[in-house]
Amino acid sequence: MAHRAVPIIPGWPSVAAAALVLVLTFGTLGAVTWRAEWGSGLATADWAAIRFTVLQALLSAAISVVLAIPVARALARRRFAGRRLLITLLGAPFLLPVIVAVLGLLAVFGRGGIMNNGLALFGFAPISIFGLHGVVLAHVFFNLPLAVRFILQGWLAIPAERFQLAASLNAPVGRLLEWPMLGRVVPGTFLVIFLICLTSFAVALTMGGGPRATTVELAIYQALRFDFDLGRAALLACIQFALCVGAALLAWRVTGVDTLGPGLDRVVQRWDLARPWADYLMIAGAALFLLLPLGMVVLRGLPGVFDLPASIWWAALRSIVVAIGSAALCIAMSMALALRGGAVVAVVGVLPLAASGLVVGTGAFLIVFPFVRPSDVALLITMLVNATLALPFALRAIAPAVVQVVDDYGRLAASLDLRGTDWLRLIVLPRIRRPLGFAAGVAAALSMGDLGVVALFAGQSEETLPLAMYRLMGAYRMEAAASAALVLLVLSFAMFWICDQGGRKNADL
Amino acid sequence: MQKATYLPLAAGFVLCASGAMAQTPVLQVLTYDSFTSEWGPGPAIEAAFEAQCACDLQFIGAGDGAALLARLQLEGPRTEADIVLGLDTNLTAAARDTGLFAPHGVNAALDLPIAWDDAEFLPFDWGYFAFVGNAGVDAPASLQALADSDLKIVIQDPRSSTPGLGLLMWVKTAYGDGAAALWADLADNIVTVTPGWSEAYGMFLEGEADAVLSYTTSPAYHLIAEEDDSKVAWAFDEGHYMQVEVAGKVAGTDQPGLADQFMAFMVSEGFQSVIPTTNWMYPAVTPEGGLPAGFETLVTPAKALLLSPQEAASVRDTALDEWRTALSQ
Repeated sequence: MAHRAVPIIPGWPSVAAAALVLVLTFGTLGAVTWRAEWGSGLATADWAAIRFTVLQALLSAAISVVLAIPVARALARRRFAGRRLLITLLGAPFLLPVIVAVLGLLAVFGRGGIMNNGLALFGFAPISIFGLHGVVLAHVFFNLPLAVRFILQGWLAIPAERFQLAASLNAPVGRLLEWPMLGRVVPGTFLVIFLICLTSFAVALTMGGGPRATTVELAIYQALRFDFDLGRAALLACIQFALCVGAALLAWRVTGVDTLGPGLDRVVQRWDLARPWADYLMIAGAALFLLLPLGMVVLRGLPGVFDLPASIWWAALRSIVVAIGSAALCIAMSMALALRGGAVVAVVGVLPLAASGLVVGTGAFLIVFPFVRPSDVALLITMLVNATLALPFALRAIAPAVVQVVDDYGRLAASLDLRGTDWLRLIVLPRIRRPLGFAAGVAAALSMGDLGVVALFAGQSEETLPLAMYRLMGAYRMEAAASAALVLLVLSFAMFWICDQGGRKNADL
Repeated sequence: MQKATYLPLAAGFVLCASGAMAQTPVLQVLTYDSFTSEWGPGPAIEAAFEAQCACDLQFIGAGDGAALLARLQLEGPRTEADIVLGLDTNLTAAARDTGLFAPHGVNAALDLPIAWDDAEFLPFDWGYFAFVGNAGVDAPASLQALADSDLKIVIQDPRSSTPGLGLLMWVKTAYGDGAAALWADLADNIVTVTPGWSEAYGMFLEGEADAVLSYTTSPAYHLIAEEDDSKVAWAFDEGHYMQVEVAGKVAGTDQPGLADQFMAFMVSEGFQSVIPTTNWMYPAVTPEGGLPAGFETLVTPAKALLLSPQEAASVRDTALDEWRTALSQ
């Protein structure tokens, strides 16, 4: 983008951020490959796993995005009491550890769940939730909120002036403003969700009902744990990256370009709103689908909260510290990359999504093991990995806003010789507060709920809250685990809410 | 707020203690997560052993049994672990192949339903795999009867879970060449396959299935810890496959004396009496006072099934293929 006038900022932060991402993705993969003894290639079952993985990821991403568009539109153009809270609450499923969300979903859609009880009331046979449809349902449950948020950001990023202009010219808002915006936002949103579902393992297996629902990530798990075949694990991880790159190239090809002029930061007012009931129906439907299972998680956990052992609260404290650290790091990395911009940054921004959690963990273990005791660096590594894994989400929220600011104010700032931290502090940060808050919230909450890497490293005194919860389950203490899950849900949500709210102060979302 | 007042004092103690600890030899035991958790046997065993060894016993937790082996394979000869505790007989063949283990040298009278003769690996507890259901349900009397029934079960994936692998071996041992046919019959009973034991057990307790693959000793937890007698294990005619959990001494240990002492301690009262109500398995050596009250109510299988480590390793891949094919139809 040589034609763009851009204020000068130092280059090293973006290089450092990109380097960390590359070390944790390709570096860890390299470490695993280094230790591998090559021999076996892919088994027939691995090909079946690849087919199933792509199929369920495509379906999950498509349905999430298609459902998210009307919900986001409804939320963008309606004002009602509790709208802010609802938007924040809708983000919660995405932040939950898998098993908690699955048990919540089963309480609604499972054999003894609300849905089948309702069906029985009317004399219908119960419906089994397990199978491809169960996998897709669970993935939509996890990712619909994310899709809604990304698309909603897109809607709210359309400057008020354009709506004003469209209204005064009596021009079609949909064709002129909304479709082009969707053309820019939807491919990226689809890509992110596709990639999240691509690396799914526990959800796919549990909801898929059997080995038919084997994903590449599970095949990697099998290769690493069951067969101790590092070569095959590395090969499968490469395939996962290749799928990621293919999907990313495709998504970028179809991504639209913004052609209209900039706006002046005004609150959007709409003149084209008829049929409010259709919008409210969409909002109510999405809210019911997303909040009912969460409500069941709360109900299950509530009775035992005050009987939780003290160690749970220590684990919670550890998780909070890690989450704050990883959110701060994630935001710093995202800002550095977003200000740099360009194709390399776009690639770096999606790579972590395609990384296999198990390969990252195993590779990191192999890298640090010769030098330090793994448990000594458990929390540090967890922080680094979580920050990197949250980077794609943070970058997706921040980068478009930064690009917008640069496009809108870059020339002005350059002509005023505004550069470095002044440019950041006076122009950029105030204008991207909303996505910045959202990104920090997502990074913090994702880190709270993460169980991936820490499980490989942590001993007793590095136990985080999700790990403590799993250990309770492993010791038959399902009720205490349910209460720990509730604590986890509340804390993740609180972290998200505080950051998100901070970003939305005086902002219209 | 009294704690706050003593904090500096406590900090002082910790500093002194860590100074003293520098001379104390450290024995590191690599084991699975639930063993070291505060609800597992770890804390009581640590206290009991440290009372007699003048050493510092440290547990390093690593996922489940399979994760334990994988970690050891990753670490190789450079491992800091002196003892690896928590492998089962389905994993010991691969563990032996690493060449990292030394003979344990312990000669103890073990209370196992089968003869035990292994120079490297010494059992510390054992149990029978079983389906655990709710009392009052018409329990099937065999794997085949279960497969022919309409009962719904949750099982674990053999690729990611040790009980899941146990069931695979159970079916293979009981049915041999007929295993594939049994899995085909079982397919419509299986609600879902979970990555680990916890997910499956949680789903069973939530009412997603009539039974879950676990152990004959699982009802003891509900009976003893929760005073709930509503869970029962189903006794099957074909016999029940066993899980024998073992520990081994790492050949390259820098504390060979302490490691030997620990291996001997492992089959003694201080260790074994902790096992039943923390790990919810049968102790390898029955404690002097017998098993805790409640264990006498558990079903005792008529026949104990167990493949030798070599057999287990050799049938594993075939059994997995049969399982995957039958359940993918």
